[in-house]
Amino acid sequence: MIKFFLMVNKQGQTRLSKYYEHVDINKRTILETEVIKSCLSRSSEQCSFVEYKDFKLIYRQYAALFIVVGVNDTENEMAIYEFIHNFVEVLDEYFSRVTFWLILYCERGKNTSWG
Amino acid sequence: MATAGPCNTIGKSKEAEIKRINKELANIRSKFKGDKALDGYSKKKYVCKLLFIFLLGHDIDFGHMEAVNLLSSNKYTEKQIGYLFISVLVNSNSELIRLINNAIKNDLASRNPTFMCLALHCIANVGSREMGEAFAADIPRILVAGDSMDSVKQSAALCLLRLYKASPDLVPMGEWTARVVHLLNDQHMGVVTAAVSLITCLCKKNPDDFKTCISLAVSRLSRIVSSASTDLQDYTYYFVPAPWLSVKLLRLLQCYPPPEDAAVKGRLVECLETVLNKAQEPPKSKKVQHSNAKNAILFETISLIIHYDSEPNLLVRACNQLGQFLQHRETNLRYLALESMCTLASSEFSHEAVKTHIDTVINALKTERDVSVRQRAADLLYAMCDRSNAKQIVSEMLRYLETADYAIREEIVLKVAILAEKYAVDYSWYVDTILNLIRIAGDYVSEEVWYRVLQIVTNRDDVQGYAAKTVFEALQAPACHENMVKVGGYILGEFGNLIAGDPRSSPPVQFSLLHSKFHLCSVATRALLLSTYIKFINLFPETKATIQGVLRAGSQLRNADVELQQRAVEYLTLSSVASTDVLATVLEEMPPFPERESSILAKLKRKKGPGAASALDDGRRDASSNDINGGVEPTPSTVSTPSPSADLLGLRAAPPPAAPQAPAGAGNLLVDVSSDGPVAQPGLGPTPEEAFLSELEPPAPESPMALLADPAPAADPGPEDFGSPIPEADELLNKFVCKNNGVLFENQLLQIGVKSEFRQNLGRMYLFYGNKTSVQFQSFTPTVVHPGDLQTQLAVQTKRVAAQVDGGAQVQQVLNIECLRDFLTPPLLSVRFRYGGAPQSLTLKLPVTINKFFQPTEMAAQDFFQRWKQLSLPQQEAQKIFKATHPMDAEVTKAKLLGFGSALLDNVDPNPENFVGAGIIQTKALQVGCLLRLEPNAQAQMYRLTLRTSKESVSRHLCELLAQQF
Repeated sequence: MIKFFLMVNKQGQTRLSKYYEHVDINKRTILETEVIKSCLSRSSEQCSFVEYKDFKLIYRQYAALFIVVGVNDTENEMAIYEFIHNFVEVLDEYFSRVTFWLILYCERGKNTSWG
Repeated sequence: MATAGPCNTIGKSKEAEIKRINKELANIRSKFKGDKALDGYSKKKYVCKLLFIFLLGHDIDFGHMEAVNLLSSNKYTEKQIGYLFISVLVNSNSELIRLINNAIKNDLASRNPTFMCLALHCIANVGSREMGEAFAADIPRILVAGDSMDSVKQSAALCLLRLYKASPDLVPMGEWTARVVHLLNDQHMGVVTAAVSLITCLCKKNPDDFKTCISLAVSRLSRIVSSASTDLQDYTYYFVPAPWLSVKLLRLLQCYPPPEDAAVKGRLVECLETVLNKAQEPPKSKKVQHSNAKNAILFETISLIIHYDSEPNLLVRACNQLGQFLQHRETNLRYLALESMCTLASSEFSHEAVKTHIDTVINALKTERDVSVRQRAADLLYAMCDRSNAKQIVSEMLRYLETADYAIREEIVLKVAILAEKYAVDYSWYVDTILNLIRIAGDYVSEEVWYRVLQIVTNRDDVQGYAAKTVFEALQAPACHENMVKVGGYILGEFGNLIAGDPRSSPPVQFSLLHSKFHLCSVATRALLLSTYIKFINLFPETKATIQGVLRAGSQLRNADVELQQRAVEYLTLSSVASTDVLATVLEEMPPFPERESSILAKLKRKKGPGAASALDDGRRDASSNDINGGVEPTPSTVSTPSPSADLLGLRAAPPPAAPQAPAGAGNLLVDVSSDGPVAQPGLGPTPEEAFLSELEPPAPESPMALLADPAPAADPGPEDFGSPIPEADELLNKFVCKNNGVLFENQLLQIGVKSEFRQNLGRMYLFYGNKTSVQFQSFTPTVVHPGDLQTQLAVQTKRVAAQVDGGAQVQQVLNIECLRDFLTPPLLSVRFRYGGAPQSLTLKLPVTINKFFQPTEMAAQDFFQRWKQLSLPQQEAQKIFKATHPMDAEVTKAKLLGFGSALLDNVDPNPENFVGAGIIQTKALQVGCLLRLEPNAQAQMYRLTLRTSKESVSRHLCELLAQQF
């Protein structure tokens, strides 16, 4: 199952986060920093799945924006990988041309539970 | 909508934004407070602004009531903003919750699908227990009601799933469960998708209740798989029909064994074959989205095939399909193929098929640019290894080790060590492999690995000569790893005689070779080498003079390290006073180690390496290998130690002699590993090093060895071995003087909780050790230490705890305490464990103070004064005047004094502000009567505390303990 969903920019700042399991606020910051670090440091030749502690990160990059999904080991990596793209397409369809700036400015607070 | 206000400032300075927002907040506040009733539109507008301001990161502390009002609006936009605000800014105000719940209830009953969905989304988004309690019973009804709209059913299913995950106990199972399964047949694909998610979660707990979902899921899957690429319209993704639903259905089927009904099974097999066939067809689109979606289904199909593990034909086809992916240009596919194949390798039907890809996998290990892919390749090689390809795989892994990423070296080392042992045809190959491991990646060779090679060499006499020759050669390298010195020292000390005939490895040569490494080694290795030297004196009498010279050198005899110094002194004395016979008996060759599961395998399993267990499971593939590889058989001819070494262990072993042996071989892996030595030491059995050294300990008091230096300091770890308590230990102890339960200690790794009860001179204490990390603690050893005279004053019996504490887990330890006589210092609790390979240790003061054995005594004023007078000698009284460090509250003081253990006597002291107490300290040897008086002075914020007991030390000690509490 999906544990969390993150949108992060290239500077490592969280633009949107949604957790599907309770995680303390201060632990989220640490978790997000580590998660982002492990995704940002990867090159395009490397695969999109990263093992992180006891779960897996599946990420995709759209220009300066990273979308990272944390799942447990019973999840189908490829399905989630493509789900991220589907999600982006839905955003694009709904808001017509989603750009990085749109997400940046509309989602400045981290308190959102949108998603 | 008019949210433009605060929006305008974005991008300008922070100050400008705050100023603008404060202005806006003031405006909204005044609107809400104004006399004029706001219309729905304005209310919505302002609530929406508040929400936006909150999302910008500012605190919002009003507007909840207006948002709740919006819930009862009949306009969608107003209701929606109301729900949005409530979902984001949940408030625990109970009056508000009541109103919110009421509004939700109305909407759920409204039969307006849009309103029902808004209400369901709000319940799911908040997901609190209170919401669950209020609505968990209604939602299943809505979910299965015949007249619910599709969108409502979809939301209801997901809302129920959310509530079930948060508090499973609140969701009642009932007749609706049978009907929920039929949602798999629903016309609407969204409903089916939501229902599959719900059923997959529910069926894990009650598989039988949902068994009927199998045939429904199969027929649904079959309809999707066989549909044309345009049949499902909205649910077709780049020409792939309902990919995510297919994946979910395949995953649901993995909760169950293969269908029993032949027709259902036939239909399912047909589906699986169709998916495999489609993978071979030319793609309907060149877009990567198309192939990704298709492959997602394919991988899930393969998972189901592996899960069933019963269709050889499908398994082999799956393997071939994955084989194609191994060389695909997409890294993601190569990664997933390696991962899936790893599980295929453990199936008897596909193991051979997996093996045909060995060259590709080896190539992946060498050429992949991504460490996670290489790691998967290493896992797969490990999983596909058997007798036929072991030599090739081990040598490839060894080669890879030279350039492997640091992060995975240790795991590779363990895997190589296991494979080498498991599939060794001849043991010289095994010895070579392990020595190569040490040479290539010495730093990553853990103790388990080199202990293991020593155990095997010791137990198998056919390899001892070869091992001695090989280590001798390996030691000649100018720079060799310290682990090599350890193995070399041990093996030459035991079996150096087997190669002494060759003049190139004559005893003096062997000795000088070892000794040339001595000065560069750590204390532990030097200690081991000293033991090798004394063994040399027995093996090769001609080296005696040289070795005695070395032992006698100031650098040994006066070494700053106690262990080294003691060994030098003892060995020197032993070599000079003992006769040759005695020497030969004491320094006899090591007896074989008891048969046990490989400690390395246990370690790898602890590391949870994927496929770790599967490949090494003895059994179907390798039943025949047990004769040489299934474990090391003891060879009886070498058993010749004078007394069972069981009594001798303990040079370092912490457990007290009286400690009960851990239950042996209960089938539990962890228990096995830690208990199958003669004397179980938590974490490790007798390590060769310890067994080796302990053999040199005096076997029994009447033996000739008795004249040696007193071995006590080494055999019985005194408190100094455990380090002094942490600086805050006293403060932590203080917290427990007046209470028995609580958290004794906490840091990032570990939490220690205490629960204790005392009666008369006896006490029982439960210590709870909680692992706060997600990583397992190893060699977890909590020990109670009695410094100084405490042993004669307090008896503490401990129960052993498991040597491994899983991440997030808690273990409990029970302590039985008996107070023998009055005591002043508390016992120490020393906790040691390994966390991520690094040793951790911690010493605390155990919260056992003399006042715990207080028995309260009630007495009349007259009796009190009479006894008070009897205890009037100056040394019987202890008094302290001190400043209050806490607020002076009579009730709190009373509670503390009761917690301290004495009875509180009312109407004794003429001044009602003062406290008077009495009690008896119960110990096994004697009882000490105590009287106390506490006089608070509120003006001066001071206390005067007076204690009178029949024993001077007790008076002073109690006075000190109690004075720190106020």
